[in-house]
Amino acid sequence: MEIYDHYHFTKEHEWINLEDGFGTIGITDYAQSSLGDITFVELPGIGNEVEQFEQLASVESVKAASDIFSPMSGKVTEVNSELESNPGLINKDCFEKGWLVKIEISDPQELSNLMTGDEYHSYLKSLDS
Amino acid sequence: MKTSIASDLKKTPLDAVHRHLQAKMVPFGGWEMPLQYAGILAEYQYTRQGVAVFDTSHMGEFLINGDAQTSGLETIVTQPLSGMPVNTGRYGMMCNEDGGVLDDLIVFRLKEDQWFLIVNAGTTESDAAHIQRHLSSGICFENISWQTGKLDVQGPAARDVLRALIPEIDELNYFTFKHFNILGQQALVSRTGYTGELGYELFIPWETTQELWEWLLAHDVQPAGLGVRDVLRLEMGYSLYGHELSPQITPLEAGLSRFIDWDKDFIGRGSLLRQKQTFPARRNIGLVSCSRRSPRAGHTIFDLDGRSVGMVTSGTFSPSLNLGIGLGLVEYDFQPQEGRVRLGESHQPFAAEIVRPPFYTQGTLKQ
Repeated sequence: MEIYDHYHFTKEHEWINLEDGFGTIGITDYAQSSLGDITFVELPGIGNEVEQFEQLASVESVKAASDIFSPMSGKVTEVNSELESNPGLINKDCFEKGWLVKIEISDPQELSNLMTGDEYHSYLKSLDS
Repeated sequence: MKTSIASDLKKTPLDAVHRHLQAKMVPFGGWEMPLQYAGILAEYQYTRQGVAVFDTSHMGEFLINGDAQTSGLETIVTQPLSGMPVNTGRYGMMCNEDGGVLDDLIVFRLKEDQWFLIVNAGTTESDAAHIQRHLSSGICFENISWQTGKLDVQGPAARDVLRALIPEIDELNYFTFKHFNILGQQALVSRTGYTGELGYELFIPWETTQELWEWLLAHDVQPAGLGVRDVLRLEMGYSLYGHELSPQITPLEAGLSRFIDWDKDFIGRGSLLRQKQTFPARRNIGLVSCSRRSPRAGHTIFDLDGRSVGMVTSGTFSPSLNLGIGLGLVEYDFQPQEGRVRLGESHQPFAAEIVRPPFYTQGTLKQ
């Protein structure tokens, strides 16, 4: 399974990529593979405030709906509107083109509550065993 | 997201094969079953455009010897048996005294006095007990579920593929069956299915199931799992036991009264007749979401004023419509404004239209 080393990860299998005080958020390969074919994505409104580990978006696969939680607190600045017509992009490219939301980070200290790439990799191994 | 599977689940004769194909396995009706192989959307295309095979060996099969009337079988099921030609099948239900559905099933007439019943996996044991309790004494009942493997070959190309195995396959019309020699074994092949496409159900000895499966895969038939099976049946508006049907739901509420023979005596008839005269409490509806969001079993159905009027019994994303679809039960006299309802939890329900199933009308079922 591919891990983007410089990303940070949650136990719920979301990722965040930090750049200049902004964070791009998506779900991991483990998450997209568990969900199966994704058919619908509900994204938050621009300007919405979100707290760390609170619901940010929801995704549906053919079989089920799942909530997506924000890895960090912040204000939504951008959403990936391409997912509205092409939600399968998450299955195809979950770490790049299948991103969900960009937020302006409000508390960089929260990063310490997340896993590094190495830590997430170990976490995945612990789930397999 | 981790699913752990209890070890006491039953396994089909293809358990090792599914694992080798890296299928995602899930518990279903007391069995460990493949949910998907390549993915639900890919398997959907195989079935609607080509041909796919489903391992349905988990389903229950019973043999009953006896006259429909004197054996008591006629009173156990809702469909009329006595007038059935040999080598045909009929869909119907078994009800309790209150008219609730114990199971839905297909009855095949093997001979004048011999019947083959196909029942759901999760209800096989309780069905067997119910049937034996109501059969006349001395009638031979056999539960042959553990000897019987079952593969469903479904899709527009099903007949063309099977012709190489069964040269006489073209003789089979919809809801008929015959016995053929397949791979050196006697097999019952019926032209039935649960997908809305041209298709066959192959009943073969448990030990031959893997060989047949491998023959099919070697002839370009793609494996398909329970995930897509649910999508395909929902697009056709077919009921699934435990969702649209249960002991708490009557055939009238489920919209299946056409599978009841009112002219014969059967268990539950009195209750159902009363319900027919006074109208049932609820009725079955089809739902098409106004977006790609899917109705889900358990969602509340609200009218446009926000009043709860019923519940979604099944839902999925429909690949053919590119919209969510579902089935539900609503108050019998509910009159939707503009044919619309809202679905979901109490906060932010989403819009759906009431549409009469089937949602998919291009199927090759009867071609």
